[in-house]
Amino acid sequence: MAEAHTEYQHPLMKAYQEQLNCGFEQVAPIFEDCMAEALSVLSKEGIDAYLEQARFLCKMGRGVEPVLIFLEEWPSIASTLGESALPSLIAFIRSMWKSPNGKAIVPFLQSLAAVARRLPSQEQMQDYMGLAHDFMERTTGSVHGIHTTFASPGLPEFYKQAPFLLGQMPLHGVKNWVDYGIRNYGDHPERQKDYFSLQSADSRAVMQRERHGTLLVDHERKLDLYLRGLWRQSDHFIPYSLNFDELRKPIPYYDKLGIRLPDVYDDVILPSPSGRGVGGEGISGGGHGETGANIISGLDRYRAALAHIVGHKRWTTAIFADNFSPFQRMAIEFFEDTRVEALAMREYPGLRRIFLGLHPKPAEDACDPETVSCLRHRLAMLSRALLDPEHGYRDEQLNDFVRRFHETLQQGESSTEEIAALAISYVAKTRRQSDQFSKVHFDNTEIDYRDDNRHMWRFHEQSDDEEMFDDHRKIELEEEELKGLPPRHYPEWDYTSQTYRPDWVSVYEALHPKGDGAFIDKLLAKNAALAKHLKRMLDLLKPQDKIRIRYQEEGSELDLDVALRSLIDFKGGATPDPRINMSHKTNGRDIAVMLLLDLSESLNEKAAGSGQTILELSQEAVSLLAWAIDKLGDPFAIGGFHSNTRHDVRYLHVKGYSEHWNDEVKGRLAAMKAQFSTRMGAAMRHAAHYLEHQQADKKLMLILTDGEPSDVDAKDGRLLIEDAARAVKELDTKGIYTYCINLDPKADEYVSDIFGKQYTVIDNIQRLPERLPELFMALTK
Amino acid sequence: MSSQANVTQYQIKSEPFYQAQGKEIELYQAAYTARLPVMIKGPTGCGKSRFVEHMAWKLGKPLITVACNEDMTASDLVGRYLLDANGTRWLDGPLTTAARIGAICYLDEIVEARQDTTVVIHPLTDHRRTLPLDKKGELIEAHPDFQLVISYNPGYQSLMKDLKQSTKQRFTAFEFDYPEAELEAGIVARETGMDVELAAKLVKIGTTARNLKGHGLDEGISTRLLVYAATLIKGGVAPGDACRMALVRPITDDADIRDTLDHAIDAVFA
Repeated sequence: MAEAHTEYQHPLMKAYQEQLNCGFEQVAPIFEDCMAEALSVLSKEGIDAYLEQARFLCKMGRGVEPVLIFLEEWPSIASTLGESALPSLIAFIRSMWKSPNGKAIVPFLQSLAAVARRLPSQEQMQDYMGLAHDFMERTTGSVHGIHTTFASPGLPEFYKQAPFLLGQMPLHGVKNWVDYGIRNYGDHPERQKDYFSLQSADSRAVMQRERHGTLLVDHERKLDLYLRGLWRQSDHFIPYSLNFDELRKPIPYYDKLGIRLPDVYDDVILPSPSGRGVGGEGISGGGHGETGANIISGLDRYRAALAHIVGHKRWTTAIFADNFSPFQRMAIEFFEDTRVEALAMREYPGLRRIFLGLHPKPAEDACDPETVSCLRHRLAMLSRALLDPEHGYRDEQLNDFVRRFHETLQQGESSTEEIAALAISYVAKTRRQSDQFSKVHFDNTEIDYRDDNRHMWRFHEQSDDEEMFDDHRKIELEEEELKGLPPRHYPEWDYTSQTYRPDWVSVYEALHPKGDGAFIDKLLAKNAALAKHLKRMLDLLKPQDKIRIRYQEEGSELDLDVALRSLIDFKGGATPDPRINMSHKTNGRDIAVMLLLDLSESLNEKAAGSGQTILELSQEAVSLLAWAIDKLGDPFAIGGFHSNTRHDVRYLHVKGYSEHWNDEVKGRLAAMKAQFSTRMGAAMRHAAHYLEHQQADKKLMLILTDGEPSDVDAKDGRLLIEDAARAVKELDTKGIYTYCINLDPKADEYVSDIFGKQYTVIDNIQRLPERLPELFMALTK
Repeated sequence: MSSQANVTQYQIKSEPFYQAQGKEIELYQAAYTARLPVMIKGPTGCGKSRFVEHMAWKLGKPLITVACNEDMTASDLVGRYLLDANGTRWLDGPLTTAARIGAICYLDEIVEARQDTTVVIHPLTDHRRTLPLDKKGELIEAHPDFQLVISYNPGYQSLMKDLKQSTKQRFTAFEFDYPEAELEAGIVARETGMDVELAAKLVKIGTTARNLKGHGLDEGISTRLLVYAATLIKGGVAPGDACRMALVRPITDDADIRDTLDHAIDAVFA
């Protein structure tokens, strides 16, 4: 059979076809081509296995598609993965076939070749199939837990997205992304589909979190510092995504709203000291081994883009575009881009390494001027040559213009107009008939850190269109946005996967409705005796400016009493006490307090053994505490919260740090109402963003609650408890001390999980008005 | 008094290098002629103390410098009783010594001292020019050559660290800042013997950090630190390492700022 590899004849093909034994008529036309490819890459055993498995796919009753795809794709997959991957692959297909997920076989096979290119080893492929298998098992619906009857809604979508996902994330990232989807949308078929087809917002957000590369959001501050420090500029960064716009990749630009940058940059690995390969975008998952100067980090790519944009801002003046042809404009842009970079490098020579690393180096003979338009290629070469003294291009005109360019810049900064004139003469000198061709040489000419130069052009005529309705539309949009406070989004901690759900909770902040402030004054009057008692305690707490520390060996002043005693000892022949000095210490109080009130429905219950509701008692307690803190002079704020699902967490502003303890605030406190549920973590994060901006040595957040965190959309009771515990840790890193006052007698079960040891459970709620201020004072003594 | 004998120890022996940025030398001389108290404001390491030293040398007067701190009390300035074998003994503080011998008394970073401490200088700074030592029951008439100079850094932006109006309004004042880039490069070069071009690069990094003031840095990189870096480079340390060690690591613990400044160093020393 050895000759079969080199020559194939009709009878042999026929034999193979018989071996395949597949009745579909669509198979025949492609069979010979597929077989020819298979024969060139597969061994004899491989061919047998190939045909045998194809026969299985043909007979399994899922139509013609699986076998067609398999016949076409396997040879190329086998050449990347190796033939031995086939049995496990077929085993996996069989398991899909036996489950209700037969429909997913087609998308699986369709994407397989692309996936194999991303995961070019059998182990990784095995992991991928393991992941898919796990996915299938967890999302295939069952009735009464016995038979798996409903197909997994997300699986086919997942297969369709798999090549894209693997391009963006390493395999373990995909796994996390899948886990997240199953956990949150496992029991919701429509949402699951949205998630796995990358339609829903959090699907994209989670993907963004898992993906490799340098995210703009993680480095915004660094880049802002970079702009301020090195360039004395500041601007907003507005990220755009490269992932979802396949047709036309957006490029950086800036306008009056800010600088637009891609949301993520991968590191670029330079192939060798001598230039850079085609298409620097993206790296394969395993490229992290290399170090040092061969890598342009994502952060440096951002810096390059910013340096380029700042260069334009600094040195480019807009010129009129109407009189230039498109070719001239392109040339002017290339020249001007290079000019600002040359000036930027003059300021910071270290930029050269980054610019050159990112700038493509087109080969001189890459473009054939007889058949395609080479203007872009010429300009890219020129641009390279202008930046890179060791460009090595031999073209005479190019070298001539490089010289002229450097001469122009030697005299100073030059200007956009001057450089435009140079560019135009370049276009005129090097013009070719073929520049008009519609087929343009693009390879290796794109310089992705440069912006689109929209700021460079001014137009005499605003537009060719008669009606320009864009302008009108914008105005309407702006008007709409002004209404109401926008919600703030906070992440939520998911303890099962130990990850944050990004932007999961929406917190709406509003001013608490106002009631009658006199009511609070009455409450205070009622507790007058208690207030008197508190006042005495407060006086003890008030900062005493100076404290004398006596008996110091080294001190600021001589303590005469002690000194005399020592002297007498000394004269009397005894050993004198050398600690005869004293010093002073100031005892300042510098505490900012945030009082966070749980205003959930359960507060409406009557407190045990009392005619008052918990809400009324809390009101009394809070009033007293507020009065006490006000007397002490510590800055404090009060906020209430309740929640109705993650989409609607309300934070009610009662008192801000700049407000005084006045009728307005008392009125809001008097109108306190209890409703809905307790999503504590989000409220704490929101309150913390006020507290953390207070300037104080100590920051204290008191949380007054009557039950465990819960919400109607959280089925798992632990979830919100763990989230609140996480929030406590976050606050701790921000230097905020949290303390919980819990009114739930059964609180011991969960409260220490959240607050550690920083809590008190008040069993006798009736004594709350007395206990709360006392607690506060004890905490801040 | 015995302190009279010690005048020489307060004399500045050799000329401290000071590069004038404006007319401050003439103005100071005018203030000294009238014996007006002088206040010098400016960020840390911009040359305040060096200026005072230079002026003391130029005028040929002894200089007594007191570095103020939070724990300093009035008696640290004025003097206190100490114990010895015969009982108690009075020891003049630096301010008292200066008033007796006619020195320039320089209170460095005066805002660091507590406000009640600074009040003791009041009678010396107006027409009275006296210093009452109430513990000792003595009233010292200031020596005709005595002058008081204070300095502080207004950059701290803290409510606690400011001078009382009543203190501020007893002084004439200079406002110092880091010198112009070229001038500063010259200073660094002169101070360390480094060539001006390299010094200019150091100044560039310094400017970068100064631009970040208020965005995570309380103070920019001072001229003093630049001189340190230059000294290290002169000593054979690679410029990048010297800058990281002398310029970046001392001023920040913030990873983002550190990375930005490290990048600036790479960008400048390419």
